[in-house]
Amino acid sequence: MELVENIVSSNASLIEADSIVIRFSGDSGDGMQLTGNQFTDTAAYLGNDLSTFPEFPAEIRAPIGTTAGVSGFQVHFGSREIFTPGDEYDVLVAMNSAALKVDLPRLKKGGIIITNTAGFDKKNLGLAGYPDGVNPLEDGSLDNYTVHKIDITKFTKDCLAGTGLGMKEIERSKNMFVLGLLFWMFDEPMDYTITFIKEKFAKKPEIAEANIKTLKAGWNFGDHTEIFTTRFKVSSAHLPKGTYRNITGNHATAIGLVAASEMSGLPLFLGSYPITPASDVLHELSKYKTSGVKTLQAEDEIAAICAAIGASYAGGLGVTTTSGPGMSLKTEAIGLATILEIPLLIVNIQRGGPSTGLPTKTEQSDLLQAMYGRHGEGPIPVIAASSPSDCFDTVMEAARIAIEHMIPVICLTDGYIANGSEPWRFPTADQLKPIKVNFVTEPNGPDGTFQPYKRDEKLSRPWVKPGTKGLMHRIGGLEKANNSGNVSYDAVNHETMSLLREEKVQRIADYIPLAKVDSGKDSGKLLVLGWGSTSGAIKTAVRELIEEGHDVSHLHLRHLNPFPKNLGEVLSQYDKVLVPEMNMGQLLKLVRAKYLVPAEGLSKMQGLPFTTAELRNKILDLLK
Amino acid sequence: MSTIAEQEVAPKLTAKDFASNQEVKWCPGCGDYSILKQVQTVFPDFGVPKENIVFISGIGCAARFTYYMDTYGMHSIHGRAAAIASGVKALNPDLSVWMVSGDGDALSIGGNHFIHLMRKNFDLNYMMFNNQIYGLTKGQYSPTSEKGKVAKSTPYGSVEEPFNPLEVALGAKSTFVSRSLDRDPKHLQMVLKRANEHKGTSFVEIYQNCPVFNDGTFFAFSEKETKKQQALFVEHGKPMIFGNNEEMGIRFDGLTPVLVNIQEAGLSANDLWIHDEKDKTKANLLARFMDWDQDGTPFPRPFGVLYTEDRSTYEAAMQQQITDIVARKGKASLDKILSGDKTWTIL
Repeated sequence: MELVENIVSSNASLIEADSIVIRFSGDSGDGMQLTGNQFTDTAAYLGNDLSTFPEFPAEIRAPIGTTAGVSGFQVHFGSREIFTPGDEYDVLVAMNSAALKVDLPRLKKGGIIITNTAGFDKKNLGLAGYPDGVNPLEDGSLDNYTVHKIDITKFTKDCLAGTGLGMKEIERSKNMFVLGLLFWMFDEPMDYTITFIKEKFAKKPEIAEANIKTLKAGWNFGDHTEIFTTRFKVSSAHLPKGTYRNITGNHATAIGLVAASEMSGLPLFLGSYPITPASDVLHELSKYKTSGVKTLQAEDEIAAICAAIGASYAGGLGVTTTSGPGMSLKTEAIGLATILEIPLLIVNIQRGGPSTGLPTKTEQSDLLQAMYGRHGEGPIPVIAASSPSDCFDTVMEAARIAIEHMIPVICLTDGYIANGSEPWRFPTADQLKPIKVNFVTEPNGPDGTFQPYKRDEKLSRPWVKPGTKGLMHRIGGLEKANNSGNVSYDAVNHETMSLLREEKVQRIADYIPLAKVDSGKDSGKLLVLGWGSTSGAIKTAVRELIEEGHDVSHLHLRHLNPFPKNLGEVLSQYDKVLVPEMNMGQLLKLVRAKYLVPAEGLSKMQGLPFTTAELRNKILDLLK
Repeated sequence: MSTIAEQEVAPKLTAKDFASNQEVKWCPGCGDYSILKQVQTVFPDFGVPKENIVFISGIGCAARFTYYMDTYGMHSIHGRAAAIASGVKALNPDLSVWMVSGDGDALSIGGNHFIHLMRKNFDLNYMMFNNQIYGLTKGQYSPTSEKGKVAKSTPYGSVEEPFNPLEVALGAKSTFVSRSLDRDPKHLQMVLKRANEHKGTSFVEIYQNCPVFNDGTFFAFSEKETKKQQALFVEHGKPMIFGNNEEMGIRFDGLTPVLVNIQEAGLSANDLWIHDEKDKTKANLLARFMDWDQDGTPFPRPFGVLYTEDRSTYEAAMQQQITDIVARKGKASLDKILSGDKTWTIL
């Protein structure tokens, strides 16, 4: 945060900042996600660039007041381009002792803390694990920060006294007090949230009124008390001209699928089973009945992908969405789709593993599973999204490959970009590229016969919708004879077919863009090679270092199988290659094996994205 | 516009038209041959064009069925045919979807899909060939094998209680529960026709002889010497009568079915249990006959349509929901979906 003292308003000076990071932190039931989202939407509406990072426990309601139950929402907004939710925050809102304990370590030195003192009584301090008699608000341990101690619970109660609302409803409104106070602190209007509250509680006007009253009370508290001596102003960002919306990765995935359906003219079918953090895609797509989308919540992960295979076989765009354990369960069916050579989209929103692992935390550890996780030789294309809005383009690209090349495609996102959001300059429908679908209706073999495995120049086989006269044929999981598709146990044929399936994947490289450096020069000392959600952090670190005069470049991969044709050539232009990944070095293994480059990895497996600082340090270390 | 006389009338198909060009490779004497023949025999009567028929099968001897029908078809993976068939039917409700599964495929590895398919009630036909053994893997006991079954993996006998497939289907809210057998072609054809006519998931358990690993398991119900005494062929509205001279009947003593000698008991047909295929309580009793005896005399094994129910199908309800919402809100514009409700413009 770079501050320039600017205007003096009522009782507080207004300071201009080019970017701010706020962390809303509280108990799972304190409404921090909603508070953060409302603040974000307002900032977006004011034209800030931003990036968000919701972080919540795997338990829906962990024991109240404990560190296990802390739910956080981080928003980084600014007047310049923002690519990450920020390494450290400028402002920490801590609704109780546990929230302060969990999130204090990543607050900037000298940062602002806003606490709800009601959450720092003996009971709460004990639940948070502070030793008996220790209260961080009293013992001087926060002397290096600006601490605002406010009894938010009491103010909320006073504000809503006499409204006839029960204690529970009143308590629930306290997040609105905080939101109002922050809107005042950052000179942001309340209109957007007031409209939101009115819509959300349209059927409960008394609740809507209480929330609006508390929101305004928070604002007025900032304005009238003399506790706050400074307010901050973050001007609009100089983003490219256009119309924007704020979007999360899961939401972008959902509408990317709808767009792929419209661009291909294929009916969209989603087979899915509830799993964190993928469920939001199922929720979102279930709303699109007016686009004719069919969603089936299956009895299990296996049924979900199998139903999608059935839908693709019947001539639709079959999709399944899942995470971690679900991906493992779908493995056999992915193998079936591989040998059937039908279009299918498997979207894996990665989370920490193995087994149940870290359901609500992010990781990039399913890349090798996507590449190799089938018995037998079962090559299929793999692509990955790099940011929340990039999920849209990536999913559309996955659908294009699946349909135009007749092949199942694994599309990887992860918990970080799935739940995180950013402003998106969305396309209009006429800017989207059509996806070519070619349903075969005529015989293609000798004497009017039909050969389901006769291939074209892409090595893809004909797609025939059941219902097409004269082309009845059977396909299945047994190895088939080249061209005729009849069951074949012939030894040489199996090798031929295995090689054809691999070559078919590799040939996709003729239909995807070449690798291009995102930041920095086309050759030099060090290339940082990334894939997936690390994009924002790498971009930020590399751009900073380039500005500081260092010789470093950044290349980010969307296509992981096949790689862009020129990737080996690009890598060879640098003395060193660094591959940062939220795993133990999976892309690293792939590029080392394929291109024999002495690439080095940077691993992180903490359920958290890389910070810019972590990347800077490693890059500087390699540049020494 | 052509007159009716000018229109080309497709000649009625024959059983042969439904045979694919693939060589049938079941063991000699396998009950699957008869089932394939009965299916190919009755399909022309259904009047469904071949191209609108899809067979989906899992894995096992029975699952190879798909390759032998000149229709569309997918021989898929073990246990999952029900899930794949659901997706086919959901996407294109106009297709006539048939499933072929064995007892292991349907009730062991595919058990979860089996129960959920029944409850969801897609309009498709589920033929489960029950031979009470794993054939393709060379003779292990299956989830329908009798307790004590000596097989490759149970040299000292199975310790497991078997599933009663019809009871499972009824418990899972199946809307069409039936049983037939490979060695009674006419009866099998009749049940297949009924299955085809039913709107909803039609479950047909077909007793099928495995001459290699479980020969003769069901002969009591198909061979002349024992059939009349041990099999009970139920028909809607008809009394429950069986026996070599149709001398035996079943009547109710309160809620308990009782085997009676009609003449000896001085009864007439009207005093007997009249089969009502809409009565689920009685269908449940019928399904359990296989586990019961009366003073050591086993109850006869029922064949035919035990239960039917009219219930909306999954794919129709799914389509109806879309139609209703489109009628109410109009067709969505992609641009509206891309922009969402809240946007801002940077000039």
